[in-house]
Parts: sequence; structure tokens; C-alpha cells
Amino acid sequence: MSFTRSGLLVASLLCLATTRAHADDTIKVGLILESSGPFASQARQIANGAKAYVKAHGDTVAGKKIELVFKDVGGPAPDVAKRLAQELVTRDKVQFLGGFVLTPNALAVAPVATQAKVPTIIMNAATSIITAKSPYIVRVSFTLSQVAAPLAEWAAKNNIKHVYTLVSDYGPGNDAETTFKTVFTAHGGEIVGSVKVPLKNPDFSPFIQRIKDAKPEAVFVFVPAGDASVGFMKAFAERGLDKAGIKLIGTGDLTDDDVLTAMGDPALGVISTHHYSAAHESPENAAFKKVYAEVAGAGVRPNFMAVGGWDGMHLIYDVVQKLGGNVDGDKAMAFIKSGVTIQSPRGTISIDPATRDVVQDVYVRKVQKVGGQLYNIEFDKVAHVKDPGKS
Amino acid sequence: MRTLIGVLFDGVAYGSLLFLISLGLSVTMGLMSFVNLAHGAFAMMGGFLCVTLMRRLGISFGLTLPLVFVVIGAAGALIELGLYRRLYRASALDQVLFTIGLTFMTGAAATWIWGPSQQPIALPPSLHHQITLLGVDFGVYRLFLVGFVVVLAALLGLGVARTRFGAQLRAAVDNPQAAAGVGINVSLLFSITFALGTGLSGLGGALAIDVLGLDPTFALKYLVYFLLVVVVGGPGSLKGSLAAALLLGVADVAGKYYVPQLGSFVIYAAMIILLVVFPHGLYGRRA
Repeated sequence: MSFTRSGLLVASLLCLATTRAHADDTIKVGLILESSGPFASQARQIANGAKAYVKAHGDTVAGKKIELVFKDVGGPAPDVAKRLAQELVTRDKVQFLGGFVLTPNALAVAPVATQAKVPTIIMNAATSIITAKSPYIVRVSFTLSQVAAPLAEWAAKNNIKHVYTLVSDYGPGNDAETTFKTVFTAHGGEIVGSVKVPLKNPDFSPFIQRIKDAKPEAVFVFVPAGDASVGFMKAFAERGLDKAGIKLIGTGDLTDDDVLTAMGDPALGVISTHHYSAAHESPENAAFKKVYAEVAGAGVRPNFMAVGGWDGMHLIYDVVQKLGGNVDGDKAMAFIKSGVTIQSPRGTISIDPATRDVVQDVYVRKVQKVGGQLYNIEFDKVAHVKDPGKS
Repeated sequence: MRTLIGVLFDGVAYGSLLFLISLGLSVTMGLMSFVNLAHGAFAMMGGFLCVTLMRRLGISFGLTLPLVFVVIGAAGALIELGLYRRLYRASALDQVLFTIGLTFMTGAAATWIWGPSQQPIALPPSLHHQITLLGVDFGVYRLFLVGFVVVLAALLGLGVARTRFGAQLRAAVDNPQAAAGVGINVSLLFSITFALGTGLSGLGGALAIDVLGLDPTFALKYLVYFLLVVVVGGPGSLKGSLAAALLLGVADVAGKYYVPQLGSFVIYAAMIILLVVFPHGLYGRRA
């Protein structure tokens, strides 16, 4: 081998050595998000929430630097999500996985988490069964069952006897519909009809026409937060359902803070239940919104997805702190299962040691105009709701 | 009965929109035997242009429509001259690859410029409510759509049947070699027809914002439906496109209303049945 060739070889080996040494001081967190396509705005909320937490608390924990690695899964694409998780774990050597706006992507990553023993923090995906798919999965966001049950109770107690349900046809939608029906009928209500709409590009008009013809007292809706909820609201108003005296109730995805302003006045008066409203009054929320505005830009309202990103990073920081910077998958999960409580911008939340799922207060809210803008104003709450979907 | 009328009307409105956008594709495939999968992209750009004109320049919705038609038509003519012309003799696969690539590029550009979310549109309030005729509620916007497309289809039909240009077009669709042989400037005909077709699809895209929504995935999302209309109606036939669009529109809406569990599949079932009965399309000519 010539002198320059061997010199080059030695130099590249040295580079490898130094990168490995550098890697030992960094803890990488791989965030798999649906950053292009129809859920991009929601993915951006999670990303900004995570970045805001790092900004507010510094990027060093227990002497190690926290580095966020973002991967784009593009939409509901489980095979892509699995591949990205594998790349993050083997190539980027991440020590935590996180993100997931959508359930199908989270479910696909579960086997990777188990095999690689990497703690996986679900920052949104809200179907109950996700946490059962891998012992390394922990959720900080919510589940549809958790927020649908209080709404069914509220409706039954507030003189609504006949409800038509409309949900998107995938995991969270099925959970929402099943829980609502079970709780509502248990309280003496009657479900006059149900319909499931396709997840991808639904045209709501024929479904809404069907609801109008069935003449229920109220319609219970779950569609994924974002474009779908705006589309639904528009079709609801256009067909004149509100004028026909049909109340609209739904999970907070329907009145998502991210798109509430775009929905306009047709959203006024809609009752929803959820775990976070941007109008929630607490010092933690005020501080969160301030840092969030610095990261996302002034005038961008954080929604429940952003809080998922923020609290997900909070949990990761707590784990790293507790383990003194030496992250081992099993030790991390043992700590998480020892009963973790987090002061979140939404209120106090805790992780259930048995299910690794979030336990939190669920608020009942009404859309009202505050300072010329639409907000979900909380007027009631149900405390310490565990996910009823786990049975 | 009232619900049936309502559902039929919705289906006709949806079908009219499909017809407006798909007509250009039908003529392109029938006249130039060119598989233009970028057709949805022209419709999408029509929609985005309409939104931009309304938002940035404050132009009213009604005025944007002719502007969109002219601008997208002109863009179509330019792209035909510069790019498509090179591929008339290419294989169908090459045409597909090229036009799909064009669609992806347009989608990415749209995401870059306007962002990935749905574009909200502020229709004039006069168009945004329901009126009750004979006991059935009709959306005013959909009434406007149906009326608009009926008038347009009538004008186009007259144009094709009674004008010289229409005669030349029909001749070129039937037999391009013979048409060239009698002195018809077939390449000029192609350009003008392509421009008209893309202009119409741009117009359709603008009209569709309120009904179908508008985001950068529009071009690919609805491309399947445009191709369905062309294939079922028979490429190159105006009557075929109209009949197929109306049939498929009604099938889709009725399916979603009466059988919501299968809703989205009904339109494909209708396609299969119609193609089995009419293998060359409803008004297709035998190749």
C-alpha cells in the first residue's frame, strides 16, 4: 500500500474512534413523525413541543447531551415506520424512540422496541391497545376511551337521550365508538345509529345527510385532529345540522386548538372532552406557551400534540436523570413503572405502573370566544381517569 | 323519496365536477393517445391559483374562475409545446413515468409554497347555504355547480357538433393520418385542445375546493376517479365522459349514503360492472 493510502486508512480509523468517543457523551432520541402529508401540522406540533422542552431545560442532563433525531414517516405507513425505527436503533443508535401521531405507525414499531429493548414514548397515538404491544412502550398523551367515557356520562346527565355516532374507521375511532356506546347506554341513553367513515380523504356530505335524516338529539364525533375535523365542521354547518337542532359533541380532536381558529363560528358552543386546552389556566401552561411561542413562532397556538411532545421529553429527562446518564432499557422501564408523576401544562399526570399508560384529569369544555378568538373553555372535569379501554 | 332525490342531486353535483375535470383527460387520451397522469396536477394548480387570487389580490370567487381557466390553459399550452410534444411517439410506459413524475414535482412544489394542510376558502355567503325546493334541502353551491356544468356541456357539445374547429377535432380523433392528409394542422389542433382541456380541469379544480377540499395530495388522490370516468366513458367522447361522470358520481354518493360500511368501494364496483358490459367504454369507439 502506498504511503498516502495507508495514511488515509489511519486517518479514517482515527475519525471512527473519535466519533465513538463523542457518541458516548450524547443520548440520542429518535422521533418518528408524520411530517409530510395530511398530518404534517400535527407532527410539527409534537416536534415543536419537544424542542420547546429542550430549549426551556437545556440540552444537558446528568452530564450527557440530548440530541433529537427526526424521521418523517409521511402519514399512516406502518411499514415505513418500522423501517425508520430499525434504522434509528441500528444506525443512529438512539436510546429512546418517540413521536407517533398515528396508531398504525406506533403499532408497527412495537416489535422493534421489544427486540432492541429501547424505551418508546408515545407522544400522541391514542388507541388503548398500543401499550400492550411491547413492554418498552409508555404513553404520555391520552386514549380515546379515556376521554370518550366522561363525555358519554356528561351527555346522559344533561338530557341528551338519543345520539348518532360518527367515527373514523381505524383504531382510535373504534375505541371512541365502543367506549361511548357502552357508557352512554349504561347511563340510560340510546344510540340511534352509527357510521364509520374512511380515514383517508373522507367526503363527509353523504354521511352527514344520513345523520340529518335520522334526527338524533346529538351527534358524537371522533375524527383525527386537523384537516378531518375542519372538513367535518364545514360539512356539518353547510348541511344546516345546527339549525335542525342537532347538538354536536365530540372528543377534543374535533375542536383541536391547532385548527379551531380556521373552523370559525360554526364551532361555537360545541361541547368536547379532552385532556388539554390551550386556554387551561395554570403557571405550567403559561410557561409552556411562552417557550413554545419562541420555538414555533408567535401566534402559533400549541395543541394537545405539542403537550405530548413536551411531556414526552420531560419523561425522558427524568429517566436520564434518575439513571445518571447511563440509559439501559430495562432499568429505564423499571423506573417508569415505579410510579412517575409529571407536572404537565395540562395538569398533573402520572404513569400507571401496571399498564404504562397515562392517568390524568379529563376536562369537559365548551367552545367560546375569548378576546375575539375561539378557545375550548373548561367548565368541568373528571379527575384521575385511567384508561377504561384496558380490559 | 325525498332522501332519494337529495342523494341523486348530490351525486349529480359530484358527477358534474368529475366531468368538468375529466373531460380534458378524455380528449387527450382519445385524441393524442397520450396517457396524461399529470391531469390531476393541472386541476390542483387551478385550485391553488384560485385560492391565491382570492387571498392575495382580493379578487371575488366568481371573477377568479375565468382567470383560472385562461392561466391554467396557457400553462397547459406551454407545457404541451415544451415537454409533452417530445413524448407523443414514446411508449405508454414512458408517458406514464413522465407525467407521474410531473405530478410528484407539482405536489412537492405546492407543499413548499402553500404548506401541507387543507386550503380554506371563503365562498361568497350567497353560495353557502341551503334552500328548500319541493320539501327537499338543496345546497346552493351544488345547484350552482350543476347549472354551470350543464350550460358548459351544452356549449361544448354545440361547439364540437357545429363549428369548424369541432369538425376538425372529430376528424382528428377518428383518424389522425387522414385528417392530416386533408390538410388539418393536427399539431396545432393538439395544442389548442390540450390547452382547452387543461383550462377546464383548472376551472374544475377551483370549483372543487369547497366540495372535495384542496391540499397538495389532491392531484394523486383524485386521479383515480378522473381515470375511472375516462375509461368508463370511452376516451375522446364528450357524451361518454358526461354519462360516466354522472353515473359514477351518483354511485359513489348513493353508496356512501345507503351502505356506509362499503361506501368507498361502490364506485369501483360500478366501474367493474360497467366495463364488463361496455368494454370500450359507454361511448368508446372500437380500436
